[in-house]
Amino acid sequence: MTQIKHHLTAPLLMGYAAGTLPEAFDLVVATHVSMCDECRAAVAEYDALGGEVMLDAAPANMDADALAATLAMIDQGAPAPVPRQNVRGVFPAPLQDYVAGDLAAVKWRKIGGGVSQMILKTSGTATVRLLKIPAGTTIPDHGHRGTELTMVLQGAFYDESDRFGVGDVEVANEDMHHTPIAEAGTDCICLAATDAPLRFSGILPRLAQRFSGI
Amino acid sequence: MTTAHPNKRMAWIAQLNAVRDHKDRVAFAELFGYFAPRLKSFLMKSGTSPDMAEECAQEVMVTVWNKSHLFDPTKASVSTWVFTIARNKRIDMFRKQRRPEPEDLPWGPEEQPSQADTIALQQETEILGRALADLPAKQRELIERAYFGELTHREIAAETGLPLGTIKSRIRLALDRLRHAMN
Repeated sequence: MTQIKHHLTAPLLMGYAAGTLPEAFDLVVATHVSMCDECRAAVAEYDALGGEVMLDAAPANMDADALAATLAMIDQGAPAPVPRQNVRGVFPAPLQDYVAGDLAAVKWRKIGGGVSQMILKTSGTATVRLLKIPAGTTIPDHGHRGTELTMVLQGAFYDESDRFGVGDVEVANEDMHHTPIAEAGTDCICLAATDAPLRFSGILPRLAQRFSGI
Repeated sequence: MTTAHPNKRMAWIAQLNAVRDHKDRVAFAELFGYFAPRLKSFLMKSGTSPDMAEECAQEVMVTVWNKSHLFDPTKASVSTWVFTIARNKRIDMFRKQRRPEPEDLPWGPEEQPSQADTIALQQETEILGRALADLPAKQRELIERAYFGELTHREIAAETGLPLGTIKSRIRLALDRLRHAMN
């Protein structure tokens, strides 16, 4: 375990346990929790709370033949469990599921300023991407629309407030303006998710603007 | 407000073990009778149509049967475990794909789950359930709405008014022991 200093917020952990976050955020939470026992334990507690909320629901009437129908499904046998690659590389397992491999499998696309990205396919309006920021590169002062989660997977970045190393997550809202700098030494690789609607798509002159919105 | 008695939680564990060890249909029927109607109700409150909720509740109970060997009573109450199955099933239905899950932990084959740890975790879950039931109605509704999917993460309050932290500490200790054993 690396020393993680920046954790997910309570509302995000509860939302993950409730199963109500956008898929893009679920992926960041699952990736962070894979590396962070503190947040994994917190999710377990919010899972327990969900169980108690479920118990409180006034029982609904099941169909008359519900038990028989369920036993009939059981008699058809269980589906074979899907084996999961669980070899930790740079990426924890949930991220490897989306990339279809570890760091070497990433299909980077340059987006300007030396920065590359790969957008990962998720449902819903929130989006998630991998970012590669060359060591020592400064990202211009930028604001945020909506909520943005940035998790470091390799290298580190720092801004006015703090340093973010491997496993750390920065949770940014609209009110945050900062100038992150990728630390010298290793290229910084991050997983970044945002629930702000994307207003532009692939038009070259807007790429710089798109990046500043990241 | 209904809360389960700690003995009831131990009874669920015994029923689940009977399903796991003996494919015991009577024990399964008891679990089904308690959980399926609550699952259906929970799913309907989460915006699922009655037909879908019925189907989903049945599928959750099938998974309970199929995965009974994966349940660990030192890490969760049966209510917690059933809830997580329902939550994942609901996400599968809406997104048509599996929910991103954290890396599996090599807990290893639990020789014999410690009875003391089992009882403690069941009691702690019971206390959490009672604390939820005892919250002022407005506060309780806010938590319920978070789980029903009526609140975005930005609307979820960081402060729940619940005595959270006990179960977290217990799981944290178990994780520390696991990491220690791995090194």
